Amino acid sequence: MTATHAAPVQPLTLAEKIWEAHVVRRAAGEPDLLYIDMHFIHEVTSAQAFDGLRLAGRPVRRPDLTIATEDHNTPTLEIDKPIADPVSRVQIETLRNNCAEFGVRLHSLGDANQGVVHVIGPQLGLTQPGMTIVCGDSHTSTHGAFGAMAFGIGTSEVEHVLATQTLPLKPFKTMAVNVTGSLRPGVSAKDVILAVIAQIGTGGGQGYVIEYRGQAIRELSMEGRMTVCNMSIEAGARAGLIAPDDTTYAYLKDRAHAPQGSDWDDALAYWSTLRTDEGASFDTEITIDADALTPFVTWGTNPGQGSPLGDSVPDPAAVEDAGQRAELQRALDYMGLTPGLPLREISVDTVFLGSCTNGRLEDLRAAAEVLKGRKVAEGVRMLVVPGSARVRLEAEAEGLDTVFKEAGAEWRFAGCSMCLGMNPDQLAPGERSASTSNRNFEGRQGKGGRTHLVSPLVAAATAVTGKLAAPSDLLEV
Amino acid sequence: MEKFVSHTGTAVPLRRSNVDTDQIIPAVYLKRVTRSGFEDGLFAAWRADADFILNRPERAGASVLIAGPDFGTGSSREHAVWALQNYGFKTVISARFADIFRGNSLKGGLLTVVLPQETVEQLWAATEADPATTVTVDLDAREVRCGDLVAPFEIDDYTRWRLMEGLDDIGLTLRNVSAVDEFETHRPSFKPVTLPA
Ligand code: SF4
Repeated sequence: MTATHAAPVQPLTLAEKIWEAHVVRRAAGEPDLLYIDMHFIHEVTSAQAFDGLRLAGRPVRRPDLTIATEDHNTPTLEIDKPIADPVSRVQIETLRNNCAEFGVRLHSLGDANQGVVHVIGPQLGLTQPGMTIVCGDSHTSTHGAFGAMAFGIGTSEVEHVLATQTLPLKPFKTMAVNVTGSLRPGVSAKDVILAVIAQIGTGGGQGYVIEYRGQAIRELSMEGRMTVCNMSIEAGARAGLIAPDDTTYAYLKDRAHAPQGSDWDDALAYWSTLRTDEGASFDTEITIDADALTPFVTWGTNPGQGSPLGDSVPDPAAVEDAGQRAELQRALDYMGLTPGLPLREISVDTVFLGSCTNGRLEDLRAAAEVLKGRKVAEGVRMLVVPGSARVRLEAEAEGLDTVFKEAGAEWRFAGCSMCLGMNPDQLAPGERSASTSNRNFEGRQGKGGRTHLVSPLVAAATAVTGKLAAPSDLLEV
Repeated sequence: MEKFVSHTGTAVPLRRSNVDTDQIIPAVYLKRVTRSGFEDGLFAAWRADADFILNRPERAGASVLIAGPDFGTGSSREHAVWALQNYGFKTVISARFADIFRGNSLKGGLLTVVLPQETVEQLWAATEADPATTVTVDLDAREVRCGDLVAPFEIDDYTRWRLMEGLDDIGLTLRNVSAVDEFETHRPSFKPVTLPA
């Protein structure tokens, strides 16, 4: 962060403020040692960290600032049966043993608080403004929606946090993404972030912490803000955050781990200081006009390869740079798409509604609204995977499961599922999906699978028509 | 982490450049849940060939790897360092290492030494001519010795000190644990905890 060593009178960005409030130790020529307020753990990236502690005879310093869940590998069908895949089973059993041995709270499969790690943290009220939050998972940026500094770390850093509750960190640069104006109906947070990534590119955020600002961001719900921050990493950014406001406080109030009584008042007083100071400067700023946005979908093999749904598949022949032309051609070859094909004419086999990007209650509600009284198209399989066991329960209490089932969609148990296809929920080679997740890399959802990233609204409309579509397309038929 | 002051051992001359981390340890070996036992995945694809240098009996017990330039490119997996260490290598010599691999190795206590390619060639020649030839990597003196050859290498003071003291990142932070203790006394009580007090 550029202003890290500045005098305290200098105006600071939100990210810099949070950073400064967590510096445990600062020494010339060394990275700052930062305190970590909350450490989320899951089965895939923690095993070797715990083993490292064991080898060195070190305890977990703050089990009370640590919480674990099972999500990446868990099945979404028959969750009461033993996990069939031996690798997945070993990872989950290892997590259970490690949590028991080191005294870490764990929400296992079957528990009402189990779910995708980035869904359960906010849901429990453990994600709060001004905190530093880490997890061995790149989409930890999700928690930045609350005005927290949240970022993904590697396994040796997981071990470092377990042992010391701190991390030595090099400063980041700061970027402001201003989203001006208001989103039109049918346009959602997912469309905003896909448009941002298409504009700055998958490397555009490299080395930065992004602060999302502007009216359209203020008008988003917490769920929408989480969707935006979640995909900061797909723009290459280390983290993304949004200053807290009344929407944030209303979401947090009365959650299981939200401050109570006078603590709430103290917290609120502190949280209200968490904004970028007047006159603070960012290393980079970009602006996006929300009024001009329409539903956005990806057609390529990275999240930056996307366009408005009304566009067509781009033509490599129109690209000047030979390297870029070859890259584009390669993406289209993998995706099995021909230049000039209108995006609305792309047929899909599978629709996946879920993930830490779009697996929250609001996302399910939006999709159910579209599916109500309609049917999933012949030959299309639609998987609805709630982001957490509690989201599933809440959705069932509202009857959303019935809407999905009546439409012909599959109603599953919570987990990462087809977002990364580590469990049996995968695309077959050549199969095409419209997916509300965050990565359309080659093979991400299954070997040879082809992924189009979309919003929950587009996912639902696509399920109905069998081709990439927006809800407004359904009204015109 | 083991201290590294000076190490003497026999060597494996690996006449290959651009050895990426997928070659060092293929992805299929990454599913393990422990920090140890990665030696069986080290150079797995090449070891399928009985003639591969690592498979030759006269190279058993070697602890110094002498590789071609651009060692450790590709995916940033730390397992590559663990695999080399689990196999028994204490140090790797090359004319050039990929940045992330170099960072991971020095953090993990595997000393990566950069020497000019001509020197690497001399070391290859010596250790190929006689597998019993030993190579000394003296971190204290910042030099590599082999027979008559004495080759100085560069390493920054801080990294050298860490390796000689055997301090990993956690060990380093724990030297300042009082600062962490102190910081914790000021944390506001409204910050959440996951366990009952
Ligand atoms: S839902 Fe997908 S992106 Fe999110 S934590 Fe799981 S695998 Fe990662």
